[in-house]
Amino acid sequence: MIQDPIQSAVTVGVVALTILATRALPFLLFPGNRETPRLIVYLGRVLPSAIIGMLIVYCLKGVSLLSSPHGIPEALAIFFVAAVHHWKHNLILSIGGGTVLYMFLVQAVFV
Amino acid sequence: MKTKAFRAAFPYTIPVFMGYLFLGIAFGVLLASKGYNALWAAAMSLTCYAGSGQFVAVNLLAAPFAPLHAVLIELMVNCRHLFYGLSLLEPFGRTGRLKPYMVFSLTDETYSLQCGVTPPDGVDESWFRFFISLLDQSYWIFGSVVGALAGTLIPFDSTGIDFAMTALFTVIFVEQWESGATHLPALTGLGATAVCLLLAGSDHFIPFALVGIAAILLASRKRLEAYA
Repeated sequence: MIQDPIQSAVTVGVVALTILATRALPFLLFPGNRETPRLIVYLGRVLPSAIIGMLIVYCLKGVSLLSSPHGIPEALAIFFVAAVHHWKHNLILSIGGGTVLYMFLVQAVFV
Repeated sequence: MKTKAFRAAFPYTIPVFMGYLFLGIAFGVLLASKGYNALWAAAMSLTCYAGSGQFVAVNLLAAPFAPLHAVLIELMVNCRHLFYGLSLLEPFGRTGRLKPYMVFSLTDETYSLQCGVTPPDGVDESWFRFFISLLDQSYWIFGSVVGALAGTLIPFDSTGIDFAMTALFTVIFVEQWESGATHLPALTGLGATAVCLLLAGSDHFIPFALVGIAAILLASRKRLEAYA
């Protein structure tokens, strides 16, 4: 542990409150009896998939394409997850299988 | 009334059980590898309760204490939740005193269930929705505790287990891709972020990416609204 228990507890508390704030804000801003502005409705429809795309890139920010293994384990595992999920729609198969495949690739193949 | 709602809700949550069990275990193992035991895992899954948010929190805990930085990073990772609530204002408005928990527990997977379900005839909607959310969180807590225990008791090489988070986002991406009439938002997210990562570097690219994505989506509003 780099942070002592009190610092860790503060970090966890701050994280919990921030996450709660992002979930509660729309319900506070738009109580059921008022109409939601059309621009907000539009953003509510298009932003989630853009943000998920952003988060995939965020997960890969530490990958170097120039040095070995050139992002090959990530590319293979992501392809596996996307193809298997599109095919079966089974979370344990896609997330579990993809993670096990990735761990195998980085621990045993691309070492 | 509650028993009936519970029985109706349970089958809907089985796919989430599978996913959360594995993802929770991956989180617990990762947290344990940074020196935090199962109690920490339980406390985090009880109070934070967010897949991606908690994976990122592990990185925050494994770095020097910086609460303000933690707020910014978590805002960035969880800002998509701002838009989840918008599609559930009406159904959650009907849940009365259960509403605070419904809002607190709105994860990606629970969101996709809550958007898609209608309670069977004769089942109370509030309790039906409540049990879906409650069951989902109990699976998550269970998985993360099992993972932290396993990670503490059985030392093994967990290198690469954080890929579970990438896999989670990929799965959500695929589901949104399949259900969307247009793929422009998804491609904008991937493309604009990749460009910002190349230009601004891995420490500073997220704010640029958020602004870029918002600008592109606002500029394409007329075209995209045609798909509504």
